[in-house]
Amino acid sequence: MSEGGALHRPALAPSLRGECAITASSSPPAERAPAAAPAVELRGITKRFPGVVANHDIGITVRRGTVHALVGENGAGKSTLMKILYGMQKPDEGTIAIDGEQVSFASPADAIARGIGMVHQHFMLADNLTVLENIVLGAEKLHGIGAAARKAVLEVSDRYGLNVRPDVLVEDLGVADRQRVEILKVLYRGARTLILDEPTAVLVPQEVDALFDNLRELKAEGLTVLFISHKLGEVLSVADDITVIRRGTTVASVVPGETTPKQLAELMVGSELPSPETRESTVTDTPMLTVDGLHLSATDPDGVARAVLDGIGFTIHKGEVLGIAGVEGNGQAELVEAIMGMRDPDGGTITLDGADISHAPTRKRREDGIGYVPEDRHRHGLLLEAPLWENRILGHVTEKPNSRGRLLDLKAARADTERIVTEYDVRTPGIEVTAASLSGGNQQKLIVGREMSHHPKLLIAAHPTRGVDVGAQAQIWDQIREARREGLAVLLISADLDELIGLSDTLRVMFRGRLVADADPATITPEELGSAMTGAASGHLEHAEDGAETGGGAAE
Amino acid sequence: MKKIDRTKLTLGIAAPVLAIVAALLITSVIILATGKDPLHAYAVMVDFGSKSDSQVWIINKAVPYYLSALAVAIGFRMNLFNIGVDGQYRIAAFFAAVVGGALTLPGFLQIPLIIIVAMLVGSVWAGIAGVLKTTRGVSEVITTIMLNSIAAAVIGYFLQEGRLAVKDGNLFHTPDLPASSHFFTIPTQPDPLDGFLVVAAVVGVAYWFVLGRTRFGFDLRTVGRSESAAQAGGVSVKRMVITSMLLSGAAAGLIGMPTLLGVSYNYGTDFPVGIGFTGIAIALLGRNHPLGMAAGALLWGFLERTGTQLEFEDYEQEIVGVMQGVIVLCVVIAYEVVRRYGLRIQQRKVGEELAAQARKTDKAEVSA
Repeated sequence: MSEGGALHRPALAPSLRGECAITASSSPPAERAPAAAPAVELRGITKRFPGVVANHDIGITVRRGTVHALVGENGAGKSTLMKILYGMQKPDEGTIAIDGEQVSFASPADAIARGIGMVHQHFMLADNLTVLENIVLGAEKLHGIGAAARKAVLEVSDRYGLNVRPDVLVEDLGVADRQRVEILKVLYRGARTLILDEPTAVLVPQEVDALFDNLRELKAEGLTVLFISHKLGEVLSVADDITVIRRGTTVASVVPGETTPKQLAELMVGSELPSPETRESTVTDTPMLTVDGLHLSATDPDGVARAVLDGIGFTIHKGEVLGIAGVEGNGQAELVEAIMGMRDPDGGTITLDGADISHAPTRKRREDGIGYVPEDRHRHGLLLEAPLWENRILGHVTEKPNSRGRLLDLKAARADTERIVTEYDVRTPGIEVTAASLSGGNQQKLIVGREMSHHPKLLIAAHPTRGVDVGAQAQIWDQIREARREGLAVLLISADLDELIGLSDTLRVMFRGRLVADADPATITPEELGSAMTGAASGHLEHAEDGAETGGGAAE
Repeated sequence: MKKIDRTKLTLGIAAPVLAIVAALLITSVIILATGKDPLHAYAVMVDFGSKSDSQVWIINKAVPYYLSALAVAIGFRMNLFNIGVDGQYRIAAFFAAVVGGALTLPGFLQIPLIIIVAMLVGSVWAGIAGVLKTTRGVSEVITTIMLNSIAAAVIGYFLQEGRLAVKDGNLFHTPDLPASSHFFTIPTQPDPLDGFLVVAAVVGVAYWFVLGRTRFGFDLRTVGRSESAAQAGGVSVKRMVITSMLLSGAAAGLIGMPTLLGVSYNYGTDFPVGIGFTGIAIALLGRNHPLGMAAGALLWGFLERTGTQLEFEDYEQEIVGVMQGVIVLCVVIAYEVVRRYGLRIQQRKVGEELAAQARKTDKAEVSA
């Protein structure tokens, strides 16, 4: 393994790096303990960074040729740390060593020159360009943009089993394919150490497995992968080493074989592990929300009108959580907006607690008792530059304690904000700070607190724990469960299948604007649900070999 | 908590101070470049501006400026750029003058009537832009600019002999208002202050109260900060656009009133133009704050008053225009810089405080 480290002097041309990868692969890596310099070594990294918990005294050693997972709550400082390693942030203290050599990165370009590449959580691809064009974009110096570049791209793709088709437009690719393009993009630039920021967040289980196969391939070729996640099961299945970060510092380094997801989670949170399970049923016979034959068409950018919601019908009873599974972009967002009154459906009815609200204005619906935890909290849930107490008023300006008659009651609103901050454990120095200065989890706790404070009859929770740390996640789940016991009806939309299965009383699968399948959360597995989400199954999903009754029946 | 408040206060003062210092420096350099002494210019301005007749002049000049800034600021607070305040106040003043000139009612009836007509006409004119924006998606910037030209053309059409105007020398103007319609003045030495100062103050307080203390004002500010969040929060964005354009137009309708009811008593070809654009600069200068805009309006009046004196001292007459431009630029930049810096400081502070908390609890856990 020493030759792997020694060869990785930054001056190497990318083509040479390719050769060295081949050399490395001839001697199976990882198992033999590398006495040589580690691929990445971070010592005493401290960073005071706005909005999130500061990194302090972080120490991580990443062995070459391994998949090293970095786990921790959101806001624990993982992303900051990776930005430091990738040259996007400068550490206030501490050292970074790459292959035993101390470095200082002023920009990502420096990091790339040292063979470090990053795949961001949100893809950075130009939709209207082909895969090949996206890959060479910005790296034209390496192999030009012509035949040589194509050859190089195919070479890299083959070597790591990425199966990338160079001439397809990125807009025609699915999420998993796009991710492979991103990985290839990084490899093409000669990366020997890849940072993947929550790569599985956007994938369905089958795609996750494929990604992990790719990662193992990379590892076998002697590359190093730094993998950020908070999905512990995945981490345990793919990582060779795991470093746990809590509240800005490294709290433990563990080996997957010697730990369980539960132990790992406890290390992350520093306390007992939460679980989304709700098994005792609180479902009643009283319908709270009935949606019948809901239809909504929208004009897409090409000017073609198509149905984004088609024949949607379901009933949520008091005390029931209805979960909707589906790959994003299949109409979930539109369904939520139709129920919230932000889009006017062109067919069908929505009945809340016996009253027809199909075309009622949003404010009326809110006053009538719909609570809303939006998918995109920055766009729909918060006024980022306004203080917390104004955010507490947002959406409930006509209700107590925020106003009396037509006048605002600033004193009461402020006092109630203090209450929410305390009761919902929003970590903030005060209620005069802007919402933008809180971390994601704390913003979400504020939103949930605000919505719950008005005792809704129906709660629409779209990805309620996305980008939220484990501690806050448990709290939000608890609140939903508690309200459900008191008769709250919940429409839950989530990409986190464990959350969906764990919290829901009833499950529906949405595909291309229709509810194509239903399932019993007590028996269904994430894998079965995942395959139904791709449109491979419809009807009632049974847990067993005959799980998918009909294949592709719902595809159109 | 207290620390953040203190920072906020410091930053609040830092922005205007920074802007004024920068503006003075830049203006000095410009004056130096023309080969004159900047310090002497400032001395002349301060000296002349502090004379009591200058003070009265400045305050009277500031009244319409302030009203104009309020009209613009209503739009700004909800992210609408009503660049058409100019056309709105002119057409409003014109029709108010026509109505006022045609009637002879007691003052306590006629003056409110004239003011109401002006506000209504201003609202309608601004409302056109609001309706076009909500129904057809036309940017209010475009429509209000075009409505400025249309207003000028409409006034030009009616301001002719035989239509709605009378000829007076080589000027055309609407028939004079009866003496009962003259607005009161506040007797001061050497000249009286315009009574409309009181109206401007009342409108300023109303602006502050409605925006800061009412549900409606909260909705309006919410739309200004984030249209998507406002919509999700139950605000009808379209209705809000129209309402705020109507309000902005109504405020614009007041701009011409000090002149109509207190100086000219008619709308003629020499009626002041361009106050709507001055209002944009002052709203920017005052950061849409009722007191800030008052200070801005006074500063504008001061510069215009003392600028005339600079000419006598052999400075270029354009220097005042340059100063005004430099000040607006400096203020806008300084506030943005300070705002971003403040946000960063705050985020850092929140991060640090939470990290400190976390360290404490972590240590407890580790030792446990």
